[in-house]
Amino acid sequence: MEVKDALIQYCLRLGDDAMIMGHRLSELCSNGPILEEDIAMTNISLDLFGQTRIIYTYAAELEGKGRSEDDLAYLRPEHEFQCALLTEQPNGHFGNTMARQMIFSVFYYHLFKELSKSPDESLAAFAAKSLKETTYHMRHACEWVVRLGDGTEESKWKIQDALNDIWSYHHELFEKDEVDEKLIDMGIITDTATIADDFYASVNEVIERATLGTPAGGWKATGGRSGRHSEYLGHILSVFQSLPRAYPDAKW
Amino acid sequence: MEAAQVPVIRENTEAIWEVLETIPDPEIPVISVVELGVVRDVLLEENKTQVIITPTYSGCPAMKQFEDDIVSTLESKGFPTVEVKMVFSPAWTTDWMTNVAREKLRRYGIAPPQKGSQDKGVLFDSGPKAVNCPQCNSSATELLSQFGSTACKAVYKCKDCQETFDYFKCI
Ligand SMILES: [Zn+2]
Repeated sequence: MEVKDALIQYCLRLGDDAMIMGHRLSELCSNGPILEEDIAMTNISLDLFGQTRIIYTYAAELEGKGRSEDDLAYLRPEHEFQCALLTEQPNGHFGNTMARQMIFSVFYYHLFKELSKSPDESLAAFAAKSLKETTYHMRHACEWVVRLGDGTEESKWKIQDALNDIWSYHHELFEKDEVDEKLIDMGIITDTATIADDFYASVNEVIERATLGTPAGGWKATGGRSGRHSEYLGHILSVFQSLPRAYPDAKW
Repeated sequence: MEAAQVPVIRENTEAIWEVLETIPDPEIPVISVVELGVVRDVLLEENKTQVIITPTYSGCPAMKQFEDDIVSTLESKGFPTVEVKMVFSPAWTTDWMTNVAREKLRRYGIAPPQKGSQDKGVLFDSGPKAVNCPQCNSSATELLSQFGSTACKAVYKCKDCQETFDYFKCI
């Protein structure tokens, strides 16, 4: 595999994760549990869509086939998306949304810290910019996990269940295939293994402060990075892509 | 380091900077695009003016407006073909905002960002030292939400005058 091809795939994965996560949060627009959280979800969603644009634009530029960031978002079929299955999981109740967001943003916080040191200037700039926003997203989610865990009896078992459910999906974020191996060999990205300790330390700190138990999830979800998705992605794309597919020349 | 990130005004670009200083932030019209720190550089070529900008937040919906306003204002003042180029490094920081701009924000009713307090309390929010109420200047304020009407603002409440207000958060 050529370095350039690996880098294109890697950027698409970063973009797919951010976009699908952003879409999930955007579903809470006007559906948030309280007004402040409605606004928080849509703000975080907006940041993620912004990050998606930056990294898709770079991927399209590297690819050099004349595709735009919109083409990558709106015209690729389901199996070409390589987002982690975690990002596709439904919002569920607020505890499910926050457990998912905590795992996602803690992982990306530590990953972006490393990627911001990449010798690839565009990737480093994207990571440094995204890191600032992710820090706010992470704090927001961590605060909520603590508040729910250390809250009422009901909020406690709900957030514990939510954590246990989503835990099976965190392993995939650390997966490596030939795309990652190539870029690690070339020194362009950091091996996710090197951020594992920091990730688990952060998650444990949140769990402890939330007076929750370590999530017990026996199985490991996998498949997203090779285009094998949960049933949810197709539904997401059918909503997300419906307008540009119905009206291919639509401008906004 | 910080000083080197402030844009250098190149030869013969002063007139362009002067025009840019009159273009308001579309969402906070009391400060200009220059005071906000999104304009990073201005390059003048024979028949082209290039303005380099950087976004505040990745998804800031005002960025397109910034671009359009910069192009139309400069062209209306007779500057040749204006091109706006977006860069992402170094990432925008509220530390670039001048004291004059901070004071303008405060008078407009938005508590200005504190300097250099981005990375403390990483996992949990230890909050800024004290955000003074822009209405009554009381320091008895509390955070209501880290996310407000735009990506760059948080919502606070003053315990003295009971008003809620926006705080331009540090990034
Ligand atoms: Zn007050």
